[in-house]
Amino acid sequence: MSKESLGSRLASFVSGGLVRVFLVVVGLFWLVPTIGLLLSSLRPPEEMTVSGWWEVFSKPSQLTFESYDKLLGNSDITDSILNTVLITVPATVLVVVIGSLAGYAFAWMEFPGRDWWFLGVVGLLVVPVQVALIPIAELFGNIGIFGSLIGVILFHVGFGLPFAVFLLRNFFAEIPRELLEAARLDGAGELRLFFRVVMPLGGPAIAALGIFQFLWVWNDMLVALIFTDADSQPITVALQTQVRQFGNNIDILAPGAFISMVIPLVVFFAFQRQFVSGVMAGAVK
Amino acid sequence: MASTQAAGGGAPPAAPKSRRSVTGTRRAVAALFLLPALVLLGALVVYPIGYSVIRSFYDQSGDGFAGFDNYQALFTDDGIRTALKNNVIWVVFAPTVATALGLIFAVLTERVRWGTAFKLVVFMPMAISMLAAGIIFRLVYDQDPDKGVANAVWVGVHDTFAQSSAFPKAHPGRESPLEAAPGGGFITKATVSAGTPVTLPLVGVAPDQMPDDAKRAVQAKADPDGITGTTWQDFTRGKGVGTLGGVDASELGYAGLRIEAVKDGKVVASTNAADDGTFTLPAAAEGAQLRLPPDNFKEPYNGVDWLGPSLVTPSIIVSYIWMWAGFAMVLIAAGLAGIPRDLLEAARVDGAGEWQVFRRVTVPLLAPVLAVVTVTLMINVLKVFDLVFIIAPGSSQDDANVLALELYRKGFSEDQPGIASAIAVFLLLLVIPVMWFNVRRLRREVRR
Repeated sequence: MSKESLGSRLASFVSGGLVRVFLVVVGLFWLVPTIGLLLSSLRPPEEMTVSGWWEVFSKPSQLTFESYDKLLGNSDITDSILNTVLITVPATVLVVVIGSLAGYAFAWMEFPGRDWWFLGVVGLLVVPVQVALIPIAELFGNIGIFGSLIGVILFHVGFGLPFAVFLLRNFFAEIPRELLEAARLDGAGELRLFFRVVMPLGGPAIAALGIFQFLWVWNDMLVALIFTDADSQPITVALQTQVRQFGNNIDILAPGAFISMVIPLVVFFAFQRQFVSGVMAGAVK
Repeated sequence: MASTQAAGGGAPPAAPKSRRSVTGTRRAVAALFLLPALVLLGALVVYPIGYSVIRSFYDQSGDGFAGFDNYQALFTDDGIRTALKNNVIWVVFAPTVATALGLIFAVLTERVRWGTAFKLVVFMPMAISMLAAGIIFRLVYDQDPDKGVANAVWVGVHDTFAQSSAFPKAHPGRESPLEAAPGGGFITKATVSAGTPVTLPLVGVAPDQMPDDAKRAVQAKADPDGITGTTWQDFTRGKGVGTLGGVDASELGYAGLRIEAVKDGKVVASTNAADDGTFTLPAAAEGAQLRLPPDNFKEPYNGVDWLGPSLVTPSIIVSYIWMWAGFAMVLIAAGLAGIPRDLLEAARVDGAGEWQVFRRVTVPLLAPVLAVVTVTLMINVLKVFDLVFIIAPGSSQDDANVLALELYRKGFSEDQPGIASAIAVFLLLLVIPVMWFNVRRLRREVRR
């Protein structure tokens, strides 16, 4: 082996080591804040006001579910968790169903101005939700659904649809024509074709869209902050009112934030692939 | 933007040459399929755009036409100007730093076996809400170094290089042998001599502020060959319990306190007190005055005020990057996977070093992806709201203000819907180039 290649091998060994050290440090930077939240939520509140969460490493006996117990006994919080579910599930299902119908129509039906309509929808992809807050608040106030679950759900559906239609239309357009024609020859009607052929074939795109929309709505605070009231507020809104007195209520904030993260994290780890493709396709939002 | 890829990645749909309806659909059926989507989009997205535009030209009550007054307020109102300035900082730094980090992570993770695990860790914050991320960073940035991890690390590093003092509020009590020294600290009124133990009693250190290694104070023994003495907290809780100027059972020594012997303004000897507060100085200190230099009594270094007026915006941007660098990394890694390996190999065979390969081959080939990621993040950053709303404490929220937050305040707590609408329209105008770009790109694909 020549001297030179030994030298370059040494260099690559050293640089490989540096890369590893760098990535470990970065990984710690990314992990520590979340671990801090978790451990904070597992310490007794009176300890939280005097010392940092890292104390549990020297005093593991501090770990307790006390804060969780107390939090889950608080009906405001449990109600708000229920509201999060009641908002997120319909908003996701409606976007998937309505988006699929329209996506299919844009992909495979013939009607005047079809492509222009579709481009119009694509144009709406980047419209910031901020534009709609004031007008929709007035509109909902006039028709009496301001502060209700229905209002928030509708808002999320409206702003979820451009992406849904866009994603699904592109995916449905790839379905081989022969499949649709064969089903048609077998005498399938429009609805049957849609539910039996198009929806199943669109599975991957629908999954990606569903997961994306689910997390989007679950994690939303701004829309709910404006369109819900004390009875319909989701967990994000319930917690933000606590943030205003940050300091002596870590025992509510830390476990509350962690509970609000559990479902998204489970979804994230269970459906990584779909989530990634949803995020990649959703780069527009 | 990146969105021409349907789920699962892959090439944009190669639409059939003629996309005549396979189903021979009647128009009425098509209309039924489209109706729910179009009605909702019309009512919830299109109508508000029009309404906001019109509303932005009316005054706050909505009755009088105001012309461009609301838009003028965008540039004259102090609050909005701070918000604008901060938005510029956000748009310039957050997307570029996140994209640069994403690029670095994507390239480096290809070289380690646990790259996937690393990616998972960095990508994970994408799944959680900005509210949760905000609370997470509120904890991180806690001012108290005993509670906030950012300041704990910062103070730890700082104190490694600069000795911190242990007795910030200590001072002589009544009838003390000590007096304030010129230039700070305290000095004995009398000179000291060997064989006579010195007492240096102080008071004023809160019990929980005493050093952990401080032990019960001990009366120093006389030593004919040197100066001995004790320095301690001369205070026992309870009226008249302790002896003034004498060492009592429950009193702690000032472990580590610095003591200097001064003769004619010159330091002739110095030492630090032991854990029980005793100290010994060499015979050279005979006839000197003992001084406790001011370094002993400095306030301890308390770290950085991360969420104070001057640092609050950069601090929140860091939390944003924590959330979104993973997004950049994943998109760039996908782009990286699409680069033909032979191209990189060929460059290496030609003698290019790793850095050159990165600079001259990888980055140029990734340029389109990098542009998409940066622009996407810019749009996202324009609308940033939750993180600022949650992380900035009330006292510095004005300093951290951004347009989306100002819109919320004006529209929903200050009852100025005209100005809020103008901010909304302004935000919309900023994203119109991207809207136009999306539509133009898709038009080519759609019409075949």
